[in-house]
Amino acid sequence: MNDYADIVRNGLWQNNPGLVQLLGLCPLLAVTGTLINGLTLGLATLFVLTGSNVAISVIRRAIPSAVRIPVFIVIIATLVGVVELVMHAYFYDLWGILGIFVPLIVTNCVIMGRAEAFASRWSTSRAAVDALAMGGGFTAVLLVLGALREFIAQGTLLADADLLFGPIAAGWTVQLTPPGMGVLLAALPPGAFISLGLLVALKHWIDKQLVQPSTDAQPAIQTTDTPASPS
Amino acid sequence: MASPNKPLKGALVGAITLALVAGVGVGLVTGVRWLTAERIAQNDETAVMARINEMLPADAYDNDLYQDRVQMPPATIIGQDHPFTVYRAFRDDGPPVAILPVTANDGYHGKIHLLVAIRGDGHIQGVRVTYHRETPGLGDRIEIAKSNWILGFNGRSLQDPKFERWRVKKDDGEFDQLTGATITPRAVIRAVRDALVYFERQRNTLLAQAPPDAGEERNE
Repeated sequence: MNDYADIVRNGLWQNNPGLVQLLGLCPLLAVTGTLINGLTLGLATLFVLTGSNVAISVIRRAIPSAVRIPVFIVIIATLVGVVELVMHAYFYDLWGILGIFVPLIVTNCVIMGRAEAFASRWSTSRAAVDALAMGGGFTAVLLVLGALREFIAQGTLLADADLLFGPIAAGWTVQLTPPGMGVLLAALPPGAFISLGLLVALKHWIDKQLVQPSTDAQPAIQTTDTPASPS
Repeated sequence: MASPNKPLKGALVGAITLALVAGVGVGLVTGVRWLTAERIAQNDETAVMARINEMLPADAYDNDLYQDRVQMPPATIIGQDHPFTVYRAFRDDGPPVAILPVTANDGYHGKIHLLVAIRGDGHIQGVRVTYHRETPGLGDRIEIAKSNWILGFNGRSLQDPKFERWRVKKDDGEFDQLTGATITPRAVIRAVRDALVYFERQRNTLLAQAPPDAGEERNE
């Protein structure tokens, strides 16, 4: 991974933590009941991931290999501890709503995975870009999944936006379908699994479309001189 | 293989590195904790006061709720396994109100935390759910934001209805269950009933005001 564009593309799409690596599924499924909840946990995870990647990359040459995993864990746990305190102090309602999933960011495999696979081997600037891309990709999935489930279960988008963005966001909530028409399943764990599965399938479909943009597939090997006629 | 000192040296370097990193980590968290402590304490107090003020408007009492709070010893009847805080509201021209934190352990998905406000005459001023993990759309209608069910406790006492009738209608009681959820309301009804029982037993301690001179109230 030398090119920064490669790193970004990798984190956001090709190796997206939520849709391809399938890491961090526990919070991903549990806090995506609404768009705002998903977005908040995504941003908290992004912050921890960036801090962790940068810190680990900076001291990577000083960490003896035998203790590297415990060192990674201590760094990640420290950052999560700081995030939780800041949320408790400045985002109290969201801290209450997300509950145990804020401290559980420590166990998110995306963060440990990037620490071991990337941050401990590459330069600080690359590690930072990787964290932003992976964290951004993860947050994007949380955001889309949260929006999808909120819309299907409640018919709204951006419910409780003021908890994250402050009083100016109180009017941002849109009720797209009448209340009471929602499908409860989307708010429950099975609905979360189904929705995630559909998103993974969608990503595969999009990938396929990007490779073969036309419905007439080009033959892999030209066997004759005459062009294949569209069928 | 080199001298026997090498593995020991390697272990030592590793241990020291880990200890250093841990030291920095602990220092950082401690520092942030110190910086945010006051704001966190304010937030926690504001949250409790907001809940209490839902049931008891701020102009309905004269005292400082936070200052007049009391610590009570553990009381398993209301699900408190540790010493807990009771808030009291007093007014010169009306009944005092004790606000009890109550935990029901038998919710459908675990514990349900409640605040139960009880007037000096043993009647309920109000009940609110502060924490639960009940099913969205079904059990979560014990929240005031989702339905008015919780208001059904207002004004009730151990005489209204009698102790045996403190159940859901399905169990031969007086209280409505929720459509599609019986276990959740059962747990809440039982917890509120037990809060009234606890209040009866501990009323003197719960409503004791500090007398103008520094006399001690007897604990029961």
